[in-house]
Amino acid sequence: MKRFNRLLAAAAAFLLSLSPIAAPAGAAPDAGDWPAVLREARGQTVYWNAWAGEPRINDYIAWAGREAEARFGVTVVHVKLSDTAEAVSRVLAEKSAGRSEGGSVDLVWINGENFASMKRNGLLHGPWAEDLPNFALTDPAANPAVREDFTVPVEGYEAPWGKAQLVLFHDASRLPAPPRSLPALLQWARDNPGRFAYPLPPDFLGSTFLKQALIGLAADPAALRRPVEADRFEAVTAPLWAYLDALHPSLWRSGRAFPASGPALRQLVSDGELDLAPAFSASEIAAAVLGGELSDSVRSYTPDGGSIGNVNFLAIPFNAAHKAGAMVLADFLLSPEAQARKLDPQVWGGETVLAVGRLPAAERARFDALALGPAGLRPGEQAPVLPEPHPSWMEALERGWAGRYAAR
Amino acid sequence: MLRFAPAATAALVAGPILAGLAGVLLPAFGVLPALGGDAPSLDPWVRLLGQPGLARSMLLSLACGLATTAVSLAIVLAFLAAAAGTGWLSWARRVTGPLLAVPHAAVAVGVAFLIAPSGLLARALSPWATGWRQPPDLLIVHDPLGLAMMAGLVLKEVPFLLLVSLAALPALDPARRLAIARSLGHRRATAWLKVVAPGLYPLIRLPVYAVVAYASSTVDVALILGPTSPPTLAVAVLRWFSDPDLSLRFMAAAGAVAQLGVTLAALALWRFGEAVAGGLGRIWLAGPDRGIAERPALAVGIVAMSAVVLALGLATTGLALASVSWRWTFPDLLPDGFTVAVWGRTLPGIGAALAATLWIAVPATLLSLAAALAVLENEARGGRAGPTWLLYLPMLVPQLPFLFGMAAGAETARLAPGAGLVLLGHAVFVLPYVFLTLSEAYRRHDPRWIMLARTLGASRARAFWVVRLPMLLAPCLAAAAVGLAVSVGQYLPTLLLGAGRVETVTTAAVAMASGGDRRLVGAWVLAQAVVPVTGFAIALLLPRLVWRGRRGLRDGGA
Repeated sequence: MKRFNRLLAAAAAFLLSLSPIAAPAGAAPDAGDWPAVLREARGQTVYWNAWAGEPRINDYIAWAGREAEARFGVTVVHVKLSDTAEAVSRVLAEKSAGRSEGGSVDLVWINGENFASMKRNGLLHGPWAEDLPNFALTDPAANPAVREDFTVPVEGYEAPWGKAQLVLFHDASRLPAPPRSLPALLQWARDNPGRFAYPLPPDFLGSTFLKQALIGLAADPAALRRPVEADRFEAVTAPLWAYLDALHPSLWRSGRAFPASGPALRQLVSDGELDLAPAFSASEIAAAVLGGELSDSVRSYTPDGGSIGNVNFLAIPFNAAHKAGAMVLADFLLSPEAQARKLDPQVWGGETVLAVGRLPAAERARFDALALGPAGLRPGEQAPVLPEPHPSWMEALERGWAGRYAAR
Repeated sequence: MLRFAPAATAALVAGPILAGLAGVLLPAFGVLPALGGDAPSLDPWVRLLGQPGLARSMLLSLACGLATTAVSLAIVLAFLAAAAGTGWLSWARRVTGPLLAVPHAAVAVGVAFLIAPSGLLARALSPWATGWRQPPDLLIVHDPLGLAMMAGLVLKEVPFLLLVSLAALPALDPARRLAIARSLGHRRATAWLKVVAPGLYPLIRLPVYAVVAYASSTVDVALILGPTSPPTLAVAVLRWFSDPDLSLRFMAAAGAVAQLGVTLAALALWRFGEAVAGGLGRIWLAGPDRGIAERPALAVGIVAMSAVVLALGLATTGLALASVSWRWTFPDLLPDGFTVAVWGRTLPGIGAALAATLWIAVPATLLSLAAALAVLENEARGGRAGPTWLLYLPMLVPQLPFLFGMAAGAETARLAPGAGLVLLGHAVFVLPYVFLTLSEAYRRHDPRWIMLARTLGASRARAFWVVRLPMLLAPCLAAAAVGLAVSVGQYLPTLLLGAGRVETVTTAAVAMASGGDRRLVGAWVLAQAVVPVTGFAIALLLPRLVWRGRRGLRDGGA
């Protein structure tokens, strides 16, 4: 009798274990049925394609992978990209080859022109993002920015993850009163040649600096919210090129060489080769100061009139092999614990997309407890956020810049 | 069965190279089915020629290849002339091993830190000598003439050429030649240059060609130190190849074929230069001069070689110091404070990358070692030598075009990019170095030991395993150490054949070296040097340990 019971139990367990296999592979998990998603995700390996140009972010992604493994049984492999467009072309190539399931990319850290391109070409799975349990914590009604990506409506095809707002940072011991507007920057650079630089476009920070300058200099900023028109491009961008032509001779190395990336700019400021440079967020600079990368006298600020800010997202390609695991990971990354750790300058210093003021007291305490250090800016201190132009402007600007300044 | 070893090894080496050639020539003329290229066309070449700065890129690569080799060879020959018959030679023998162990990317990063306007040299001289309170705005690293890049390459090629020269010298019996020349009235260094150098050059011709090929097509050093607008041809081609816009692949293939052309042109020009130098040299040899070259040779030789060793030492020390520093601003010569926090943060990542590196380097080295031993044993047994020159081919070809072709070929054959393909690529490029290191010792091994073993009844296989191999332990370990060092330092094969999914210490170090927290770069670069240095240390110490009581066996028998 005992033996028969054991056999029955084994058969039952075997039959139950078959149920996930019984479901057709690649059937899109319904984010509304979260317990089913969690069950399906257990044991999956998620290939998270994310830009790897910032070591602190890579360390954070490694931590998130360890937590996802421990809590949900989801293994995370960080596929390091030097440009998100690599992942876009990989998915596009898979679609052209007819590979509509079992794709090699499960989750992509994405926004802007890359998102617009994937959505346009039908490369995204969705909608799924607004069904995530933690999505409500971003308070989309009060923060419409999480529903729009560079003027393109998100419509649930990507989940918000972080925010960035362009800031300028300077070493206050060498430059106590930095220029706060574009004309002031040009004048200061002329008086102090070789002490300012921006990264080489198409590095994301370099291109964002170009967009910031264009918004400040264009005669009709409203035109930037619409797709770029080839015949009007030259007319709209003429003031930008005139400004850069005047600025470049006063840049670091007279504009004959450009630093490669944001981290390169920080090392140059730390070495004393630069006094002023752009960065992606104030909390990132705060993190660099606390970590010894920049000296204690470094401060960041936003220019008068505000600076470009954007939200960055996580998207799942249409043919991803492990959609459930990707959703579980995206939801974990939206949790207050993960977002607070992201904001912690000892870890990364990446802005949060959560509406901190509306969180329950226990979760809000995580954020209040963070010591942002002398260089950090509290949420209320930041200047207005200027919206991003339409994604087509970024590509056009990068091409225009390369044509004028790249190989001489 | 050993008879097939030369053919099999040659196939192992030549097969991928030929596949690579086909894989790059076809897309260069528009044929790549995976991307929709079905009909041959000259369109990729038209696009290539329309790229701004192309001529300058090609000229940069060509000039760099020739200048680096010329300067390195001059320094090595001048040093050997000055050191002939003195104790400097044994010092050089001891010092080249560790110098060679540091990979190219590490040297490039160290040099960047040394010569940059905010680098170690400027800090040592500021503000007391130069008056600089801020770093000057000078374009040194990434200078448009490529001088910084050539400096970095020279620092790495001088130890390499020195090593091969020292290995080839004993065969020339330099002491006797020098004695005769000096008895005819020539001064020491001039005598060496007149009677030993002409005999030495043909023996090191192959490594010199390898240096020309490498210097004209390097990517990792060019990325770290070379000009940026326009970059050298190899860097430009790599950028087009990695561009997300897949239609650029055809133009990249055309660029890779152009790179092959540039390297061949550099080799042809070098050959022409050899003939010219030979002609001029003969006139000088027959002339009445007995010592005009004496003082300059002594000066250049000793000073330049010391500068090379000093620069390498300072570069490595500077990076090591940076990796444990807290804050280090200009013009401080020493950091503000010290911390191991950076190492603590990077150690998990470094550990994973080192594991991946070893997973590739160890099997690739063992495979190459086995192949080299098979070929050499077959030769020793009297078998037909076969086309052994093919084995040196990977050393002489520019890596970029062939790897490009191999990657494209693998894509067409639906072979998934990953560690397996990278391992094969590494084995192909490691084999010539392992073979070169081992063949000298193998051929000098006294065949009478084997004869003795066979007269005592051992089979050929038993004689090999029990007699020859243990006696050649030291050279085998040295070859393995060289193989490990070469594999660890490979950048392009890992990048292209792994499609960016395989991360070794070298790919990570080059990715970080473009600019970023110097403390992190220092940590990664030192991690990169750990494996080769350990390899060389084992190769040096293990034979001493194993043959504790048998001094005659320590250097591989006689």
